[in-house]
Amino acid sequence: MQNSYDIVIIGAGVSGASCARELSRYRLNILVIDKEADVCCGTSKANSAIVHSGIDCKPGTLMAKLNVRGNELMEPLSRELDFEFDRNGSLILCFDEEDRPRLQALYEQGIENGVPGLRIVESEELHRMEPNVSDDAVAAIWCPTGGIVWPFGMNIAMAENAFTNGVSFCFNTGVTGIDKEEDGYCLHVKRSKAILWTDGNTGEPLRSSLPDGEDTVRTRCVINAAGVYADQIHNMVSSHKIHITPRRGEYCLMDKGTGDIVHSTIFQLPTPKGKGILVTPTIHGNLLIGPTATDTPDKEGTCTTQEGLDTVMQKARLSVPSVPTRQIITSFAGLRAHEDGHEFLIGELQDAPLFIDCAGIESPGLTSAPAIGEMVCSIAAGLLNAEPDPSFNGTRKGIIDPKKLDADELSDLIRRDPAYAAMVCRCEMVTEGEIIDAITRPLGAHTLDGVKQRTRAGMGRCQAGFCTPKTMELLSRLLGIPMTEITKNGPDSLLLTGMTDKASSSCAAPGVSGGDNE
Amino acid sequence: MNKAGLSYYDIVIIGGGPAGLAAAISAKESGADSILVLERDRELGGILNQCIHNGFGLHTFKEELTGPEYAARFISRFHELGIDCRLNTMVLDLKAEAPSGDEGSSNGCIKTITYSSRSEGLVQITAGAVILAMGCRERPRGALNTPGYRPAGIYTAGTAQRLVNIEGCMPGRRVVILGSGDIGLIMARRMTLEGAKVLAVAEVMPYSGGLKRNIVQCLDDYGIPLLLSHTVTEIKGKERVEAVVISEVDENRRPVPGTEKEYECDTLLLSVGLLPENELSRGAGVGISPVTSGPVVSESLETSVPGVFACGNVLHVHDLVDYVSEEAAAAGKRAAEYIKGGASAGSDTPCVPVKTGNGVRYTVPSYIHPDKAGERITLRFRVGDVYRDCAICVYLNDSRIARKKARILAPGEMQEVILSGDELRSFPDLTEIKVCIEAN
Amino acid sequence: METRNLTCINCPMGCQLTVVTDGGEVVSVTGNTCPRGEIYARKEVTHPTRIVTSTVSVSGGVIPVVSVKTASDIPKESIQAVMDAVSGVCVNAPVSIGDVLLENIAGTGAALVATKNVAAKQL
Repeated sequence: MQNSYDIVIIGAGVSGASCARELSRYRLNILVIDKEADVCCGTSKANSAIVHSGIDCKPGTLMAKLNVRGNELMEPLSRELDFEFDRNGSLILCFDEEDRPRLQALYEQGIENGVPGLRIVESEELHRMEPNVSDDAVAAIWCPTGGIVWPFGMNIAMAENAFTNGVSFCFNTGVTGIDKEEDGYCLHVKRSKAILWTDGNTGEPLRSSLPDGEDTVRTRCVINAAGVYADQIHNMVSSHKIHITPRRGEYCLMDKGTGDIVHSTIFQLPTPKGKGILVTPTIHGNLLIGPTATDTPDKEGTCTTQEGLDTVMQKARLSVPSVPTRQIITSFAGLRAHEDGHEFLIGELQDAPLFIDCAGIESPGLTSAPAIGEMVCSIAAGLLNAEPDPSFNGTRKGIIDPKKLDADELSDLIRRDPAYAAMVCRCEMVTEGEIIDAITRPLGAHTLDGVKQRTRAGMGRCQAGFCTPKTMELLSRLLGIPMTEITKNGPDSLLLTGMTDKASSSCAAPGVSGGDNE
Repeated sequence: MNKAGLSYYDIVIIGGGPAGLAAAISAKESGADSILVLERDRELGGILNQCIHNGFGLHTFKEELTGPEYAARFISRFHELGIDCRLNTMVLDLKAEAPSGDEGSSNGCIKTITYSSRSEGLVQITAGAVILAMGCRERPRGALNTPGYRPAGIYTAGTAQRLVNIEGCMPGRRVVILGSGDIGLIMARRMTLEGAKVLAVAEVMPYSGGLKRNIVQCLDDYGIPLLLSHTVTEIKGKERVEAVVISEVDENRRPVPGTEKEYECDTLLLSVGLLPENELSRGAGVGISPVTSGPVVSESLETSVPGVFACGNVLHVHDLVDYVSEEAAAAGKRAAEYIKGGASAGSDTPCVPVKTGNGVRYTVPSYIHPDKAGERITLRFRVGDVYRDCAICVYLNDSRIARKKARILAPGEMQEVILSGDELRSFPDLTEIKVCIEAN
Repeated sequence: METRNLTCINCPMGCQLTVVTDGGEVVSVTGNTCPRGEIYARKEVTHPTRIVTSTVSVSGGVIPVVSVKTASDIPKESIQAVMDAVSGVCVNAPVSIGDVLLENIAGTGAALVATKNVAAKQL
């Protein structure tokens, strides 16, 4: 592993990937490093998947500015990078005439933030727009710029595009310490079954395994996009300490086909009694409800709780009484990186030159990610006097989704590659062709979750019951690793504990017993 | 060929498991000629291939077979009859449309099936009749909404069964099983025989959904405790399962605080119910029962779409494969009759609903055309609770025509009553058939 | 005199049977509510047997293992010995249902037979 870079980006979530993609426009030697096995494993992975309009940010904050800008950038970016995004609009419900002043104030705040198209809709119009919304809703704010996005798709797309423009990625590698040096920083890293991806721009992308153990990496510039760990990384170099609280949000996801119960994303007007729970269709036609907000000291505390799930279901019914909770197929929890000042901290540190924070990225972080990348890029490229790279190619094609093709196109595809006719995940209708692409493409999947997040195989109603053995077989074959080494995500998440006694005993010698003598 | 040059079959059967095989054989033996079975797996036999334990076929063959052996009997008959099948073939879409112009026949609407396979690519075919035989899937963890982390090491019992019995892989070494359905019990023994330690089987209900024989021979034989009225209330371990917490539940199935007990394990297997797999059926406009999650069918096992039949676990979850074979054979026969134009369920004949009374969750069929009921009709159903010293009663309108004593009825066992076609036809002004459980 | 408690497996009633034995002879069976319970109890107490099913490794087959069973029931106490013997068996594809893979497994007198057809892998 080369160990000197112009920039090391810590964190391969949406913020880190967006920074990497923007910076890949320049002639810079960049490494993205993540302690997890893949991109999109932390806050970026488990959230509401909402592209916020920007109405609820405090005017004048960086959050407000980047939210509105990120929202603007999302649509062109989704076309450039081929990820799924839909501007379905959002509604913020008001349940009590007494709360009207608060609704009005929120509306005015949105106007001040520059959110386009806002309108207060009265009960009758609201129920015409969304017949399944509770009769108790007396009015709502309609935010036409609100949207929904596929977070994995977006994060993976940005990372892949950065990679094919020359950015290196290193997974299963945690940063344990940072020393300030004369001409930059020395990062101490610890690897456990680390994977390094390099040379994505050469046409011969290289995936290699690195030995376990400790190592150092030198860099002129550090970008801290470490999510809930951004305070720890920051505090390694700065005397101005920051503090990030992981704030857990629990969600329930319902089966496909439930997503048309509402068309837009339904929020509840925050009141002194609480912030409320959203009900939203997902980009793939599921219905998502959540999140709760519980502070936890555990930066890995992504467990769901009975109390949390009960709260989600109960509060979701306030907005949409007919939420089909019987059709829940999974529940999950994510952690927002809540910084004490509730503001994005983006910029070069006063006491650490060329160390750029990208910290406190909680909601609306997903929406803001394109704008965060833009902002961090302009800071870093400026500080490094970077030159634009004329070979930068900003477009990327995603994995082909045969479901989106018409019959002729699908026939052509299958003729070219019959693997697109072989169904692996029958709930989400994912073919072997898509899974092979997910594993073999640049920055491809090497875990079961990696395949799932790139193709949706295993995300459906049977939750990977049928496709797990087949997907494992494909991972084993294409990566050349035994079934017993395949993981769900991190290095310790082995899916098998071994082979059955028989299968593991060597059975190479012919005619050991009488099977073929009959 | 009858539509845009597409191949036509009299009967297309979706699924080559026990239901599809029996339906195909019976349809062929009933005189249907052009039959095609579409199977998504690499071999016929369906789930039986991974059910390597014995106990199959006592009713059908009067001997105890293993799953693969039971399947093999049907598969060899299937091949003897020269029935066509396509393996590794996934049906993507089923449409039933009223025929346009003069293409219409007495067979009613034309069914178009779209499937894909490596060898043939994307193919559309048409059929006069379709038999749905896609089987069921397991309820996953998400359906239970069990709180905790989402580590590796959580499998449905059926997935674990496939990994062990087909792929030769061990999904775990220290195992807790949630749910005492038969697959869970069978896997408790299987994992134990392969050297794993099964710590406990937790069942949220106060009784097991599995057969007594499996409780004795899969759990008691190996000293595996069955914890009734218990459930898993937390899953621990961030990457791989490290422990699960099991709690007692009250009569409303809510965990009782203070009864939590932690079991250190690396694996949680779930055997918490099966759901008929009806995505294709829904797409074709087939009416689905909210109770069974399977199609609503008539005495002919015909769904709400004329010429589309259903049998086996896609219709309702069965306890014994023998009943699947029997039901599927009836569906195959009816489909063959439908093709011959003899028994096309018409709206012109009277139709009587089968109502569920006390204790009866559902019945299959759920409506009957007495004119088409033939000599006798088998009504299959399940009860909603454990009933002792009771009687299964059948009413025609308000008069009780049958009373079958039972010492015990349990939700895990499918029940049946046989109705006489003549009795239904001769009953004056029959408007409703009702099945219920009464005290003895 | 020895007393053993059993659960009858004949039907969902699951009668709790109490069997009293003396020197291996059954003295009494109580708790059963039908004759099948007594027959089961007598057999289960004096010479309980089971069919053992498992898999053995296949070399050169389209799948890595083939399912097997003991062709007849074997004494319950020999289950582990049978499983140990099964572990050592591997066969070459093709395998057909009924193929005897091991005679007299673990001295039980029962043969180990294949319960599934496994074709050879096309090279």
